[in-house]
Amino acid sequence: MIRSVPRSRWFDSLYLAYLVGFFVYLALPLLVTGVFAFNDASFPSLPWKGFTLDWYLADGSAGRTGLFHDDGLLSALWVSAQIAFWVTVVSVALGCVNAVLFERVHFRGKEFLYLLMLLPLVIPGVILGVSILVFYSGMANDISRTWGLELDVFRPGMTLVVMGQVTFITTLSTLVIAARLRKFDPQLEEAALNLGATPVVAWFTVTLPWLLPSIFGAAAMAFLMSFENFNTTVMLTGSDTPLTVALFNRLREGSTPVLNAVALLLMVGSALLAIVAMGRSRSADR
Amino acid sequence: MKSSASKLSLWLFLAPFLLWIVLLVVVPHLQMLRVSFQVRESWDTLAWGLEQYQNFFTESYYWRTFVRTGVISLFTTFLTLIIAFPIAWYIAKLARGRSKGILFLACLIPFWASELVRTYGWMILLRESGLFSSWLQLLGWADGPVEMLYNDVAVIIGLVYNGLLFMLVPLVTTLDGMDENLVEAGYDLGGNHATVLREVVVPWAMPGIVSGCIVVFMLTLGSYLTPVLMGGKDSAWFTQQIFTQFITRFNWEQGAALGVLLLVLSSVIVWLGLKLTGQSLRKVMG
Repeated sequence: MIRSVPRSRWFDSLYLAYLVGFFVYLALPLLVTGVFAFNDASFPSLPWKGFTLDWYLADGSAGRTGLFHDDGLLSALWVSAQIAFWVTVVSVALGCVNAVLFERVHFRGKEFLYLLMLLPLVIPGVILGVSILVFYSGMANDISRTWGLELDVFRPGMTLVVMGQVTFITTLSTLVIAARLRKFDPQLEEAALNLGATPVVAWFTVTLPWLLPSIFGAAAMAFLMSFENFNTTVMLTGSDTPLTVALFNRLREGSTPVLNAVALLLMVGSALLAIVAMGRSRSADR
Repeated sequence: MKSSASKLSLWLFLAPFLLWIVLLVVVPHLQMLRVSFQVRESWDTLAWGLEQYQNFFTESYYWRTFVRTGVISLFTTFLTLIIAFPIAWYIAKLARGRSKGILFLACLIPFWASELVRTYGWMILLRESGLFSSWLQLLGWADGPVEMLYNDVAVIIGLVYNGLLFMLVPLVTTLDGMDENLVEAGYDLGGNHATVLREVVVPWAMPGIVSGCIVVFMLTLGSYLTPVLMGGKDSAWFTQQIFTQFITRFNWEQGAALGVLLLVLSSVIVWLGLKLTGQSLRKVMG
């Protein structure tokens, strides 16, 4: 046992203090953000002036506009949700196909393509955004100049944001799904084939149910990552700003407890999603 | 017949992968590279040239920020590793039973909140009207408000915070897999804490260390939000300059060149890190 390795008392207490300090450091910013969402003052700072739900519910009549009456933030939330939905659909679908490609199909140049698949993880998010902006928006500009044809989908906006996020989230969902597929016993599929199932039927009745937990996990992760992404999104966003970009703009103008209210809502939302996803994958492991 | 069917299924799986990687990664990056070598002669004529790269080297503002960003990112990565290692060691090797899972979960929780929320939390803590300043005044340690935001230390605090998870997870995973007898044997053979750490633990954890460092370095180098919101007027960040060229000045040629330079810097350092430690991208990422 490692715990039997001799250590001095002094060292032990120092270690413990470090651990406690670390977890305080970890929790403090989030705790503070959450708590000030309920402070009855127009600026998120001390002193504490009492508990209020104004930063969620105020309708603007008393000079305060709570989150649920703030049209700007609500529409940004809606934009983010739509983007996250499409990113999840596309990147999880691609992730499934990629996982099968790399775990099951044998072909020449697989190693090289696998490295290519990992590439988006080591490209800074801003660069992913910029390159897509340069290529697609530039192409839309050229086409407009040459033929007078307007291709608005390729100008900064929702489509480009989705494309930018799909670029790196697909790699992540591929890794998640491939990890589970690796643990699958191919004999189960062969048994299904021996029992007379066609490959397609075997896939849908045997392999896909096995993969489902990881597909849900990948979907939850993709949704969260899309919702939270800033670096890639900020380069590609048009007039419909997603929530992170809208919050960033607000934050530069100055902060109000409405931002705390949004932040807390986001934390709770993603925590719930994460817990559900984790519970699912755990029950599947049993 | 059989081979043509398997060829068909290969292409069925390969096509989505290729569409994704070619249309969203390869071609946009090549186009960015191309645009960075284009020089605008008048509003509608372009020529090939190195003007943008010359600007980078002659304008000290560009390359100074470039070097600064790189150095701070390396330092942040190193600091994150030093801070995370004892925590990862505790979770992987010293904690037992339930506390192990709970501590690990506690490390994950902050990352269910987005980078924006985390940065915002730190702003509430560190700024002039923030909590730390208020506490210092309450304790009588400061006479007036203390501004702790808008300097390099604040930026590094925020960046380390953002990187911790990506360091902790690979460290905990690799340390978890280490046989504890190895450590005991190290002590039995007469090693002290330092030699066991250097000769046994670190070599074993190297894949985790490298993968954590690569991800943290890459995320830090490419981060935009934290340095912009937490850094002062003087603390420029390279991604900020890229953003300015693209979005504010609409000078895509210059922005593309800066983007290529950032990509080269991150690739070179990631490559060097892999080479120096004898790891492969596949091993540390896939």
